[in-house]
Amino acid sequence: MASFIQLLVSGLATGAIYALIAVGFTLLWQTSQTINFAQGEFVMLPAFFILAAMNAGAPFWLACLIGIALSIVILGILFKVIIVDPMLKYGVLPLVISTIALSLFLKESAKDFYSSQAQPFPTLVPATDIHIFDAVVSTQSLAVLAVAILTVTALNILLNKTRLGRQMQATAQNPTLARILGIPVQRMVLYTFLLNAVLVAIASILVSPIYLAKFTNGETLGMAAFIAAIIGGFNQVRGAILGGVILGVLDNLSAAYISSQYRGAFPLIVLIAVILLRPQGLLGRIEERTV
Amino acid sequence: MFRSGLFASLIVAGVGMTNPSFAQSTVYIPAILELSGAGAVSGTNFRDGMLLAIDEINAKGGILGRKIETPLLDTQSDAGISRAQVQKVLDNKPFVILGPVFSGSVLVDMLLTQQAEIPEIVGGEAAAITQKGNPYVFRTSFGQQFSMPKIANYMRDGVKAKSVGVLWVNNDFGKGGRDTFIKEMNARDIKVVADISTESGQADFSADVVKLKGANADAIFVYLNEEESARFLREAKKQGLNKPLIGETTLLGQKVIDLAGEAANGVRGHVGLTVDAPIPAVQEFAANFKKRFNYACDHNGIKGYTAVYFIKHVTEKIGKFDSKAFAQAAHGITISPKDEPGILMEATWDNNGDIDRISFLGEVVNGKQKVVETLPKLGK
Repeated sequence: MASFIQLLVSGLATGAIYALIAVGFTLLWQTSQTINFAQGEFVMLPAFFILAAMNAGAPFWLACLIGIALSIVILGILFKVIIVDPMLKYGVLPLVISTIALSLFLKESAKDFYSSQAQPFPTLVPATDIHIFDAVVSTQSLAVLAVAILTVTALNILLNKTRLGRQMQATAQNPTLARILGIPVQRMVLYTFLLNAVLVAIASILVSPIYLAKFTNGETLGMAAFIAAIIGGFNQVRGAILGGVILGVLDNLSAAYISSQYRGAFPLIVLIAVILLRPQGLLGRIEERTV
Repeated sequence: MFRSGLFASLIVAGVGMTNPSFAQSTVYIPAILELSGAGAVSGTNFRDGMLLAIDEINAKGGILGRKIETPLLDTQSDAGISRAQVQKVLDNKPFVILGPVFSGSVLVDMLLTQQAEIPEIVGGEAAAITQKGNPYVFRTSFGQQFSMPKIANYMRDGVKAKSVGVLWVNNDFGKGGRDTFIKEMNARDIKVVADISTESGQADFSADVVKLKGANADAIFVYLNEEESARFLREAKKQGLNKPLIGETTLLGQKVIDLAGEAANGVRGHVGLTVDAPIPAVQEFAANFKKRFNYACDHNGIKGYTAVYFIKHVTEKIGKFDSKAFAQAAHGITISPKDEPGILMEATWDNNGDIDRISFLGEVVNGKQKVVETLPKLGK
């Protein structure tokens, strides 16, 4: 039982990080039909912004704020203006290919400008333990979980309880009608890119102490978040959250109780099962399209 | 970071490949290394150690009057790419090839170099590399068949473990080490209570640590590559894993200590090569390395450095650039620092291409590797 609790908490912490990244996937898809295959690299990059700021003398908290600000500018505004806007009019596929190219560019740039070697990254809280029943649970896992839950809660409040959030949702659901109702659609789309940039920066701060800051981190994270978004439902934020959590917990439990050698296969088995039995994802809704 | 030495070598390489008259005054010794991907820490250390030696030798006139020309080719830590790079350099008729470091890549490449009869000085430590009867493969670090008995003795006599957990990386390096280690444990009646494989490049070790905690072994043997070792140590510290963590050079290297921070303190094990060895020549090399590259060298840096001096010494002994004669002369040779200071420690190469020399037992104390015992050459 103690082991199970430890695995669960640790899996929830990892899953919460996947969820943040997956939510970004769904936000971009809903508002602009952008499938961002550079999302993993978007998580890798802020860690290097933060390390660069720390190397320049900034304390960790300030470096994090600088990292988030740079992410908003580079991964939010510049991404939309330079890549998405010019490519979107040619359809989803050219944009997908552009984001794949962007992912390679970001990965190689991080390697060339920083280092090919992994870098240590500070933790949010010191490594201490808390005893829950017989289980020893790390404060770092709890801190990751707490920050992720706070972020998702804040996002939910923004989307569901504020006028701005409702305008963003209206834009996602029907941009033409939203425009007729006087909603500044383009600005709302831009806001979702900014939100995605903040989410990936937070995910980067949470995941880099575990993964270490390395230019290849995006490969694993991007794939995990993409699978999570499909499992939960690509067109639902809550689906992405559920998918991320399922993936994190499943990865830990399967590695511990079934096989660590085949741990990478279990998420894919679930993915296939979801595609076969519920193609819209666990919480997704069916979208009909005409040709 | 911009590295003038690397840049200079690349220019030498580029000029050498396009200018035949220049090529005649050089000897072509390409290096195929893990400069990116999961093995980047190992490959870049090997490269920098190698570059230091090359520049020292070239500054003194080269080998037999010819400067060393070493283009760098990246395997991206992938065995397939490594093989393609070897094929590419074989077309230019190299004298000797340096690298790679990953055992999986070496096992693939060495078939090509054997066919071409070109010696290959590798950084791989898998036991299988030198057990295939290939007369053209040599290494400058211990193979697992030499290091594992030393660790097993330490487990029995130093740690006094009756049971162990084994955590290993599922590649040729890890599988070879795991198989040899378990054989040595069985020979000493030490029970293996957990046998956990992990993936190369794995980032999250939480499930593995939980399993190791549940196994309740007297000690845990960790056999992962450097970055994974650091991630594991961080997770072990996070989850309060309080058993002795014992490993080989890849657990106690300076890069692992830098990445793992406080989590590396207390880790113990056998180190075949270390810059903290109580040998003045090694410490002088370490200081020169740090001064030039601005980071602390690990065992792979020493592998790269001594590999170049090994080539120099054997070549000067045979007096010509003949790859086949080189391979014949290198078997059974003993090189002493008295004759070749760059070799750092007396070393002997056996008929399989394996190296024998002194090694060390180390422990990480306050973020530094500390040598606690020097172990003699196996042949003594």
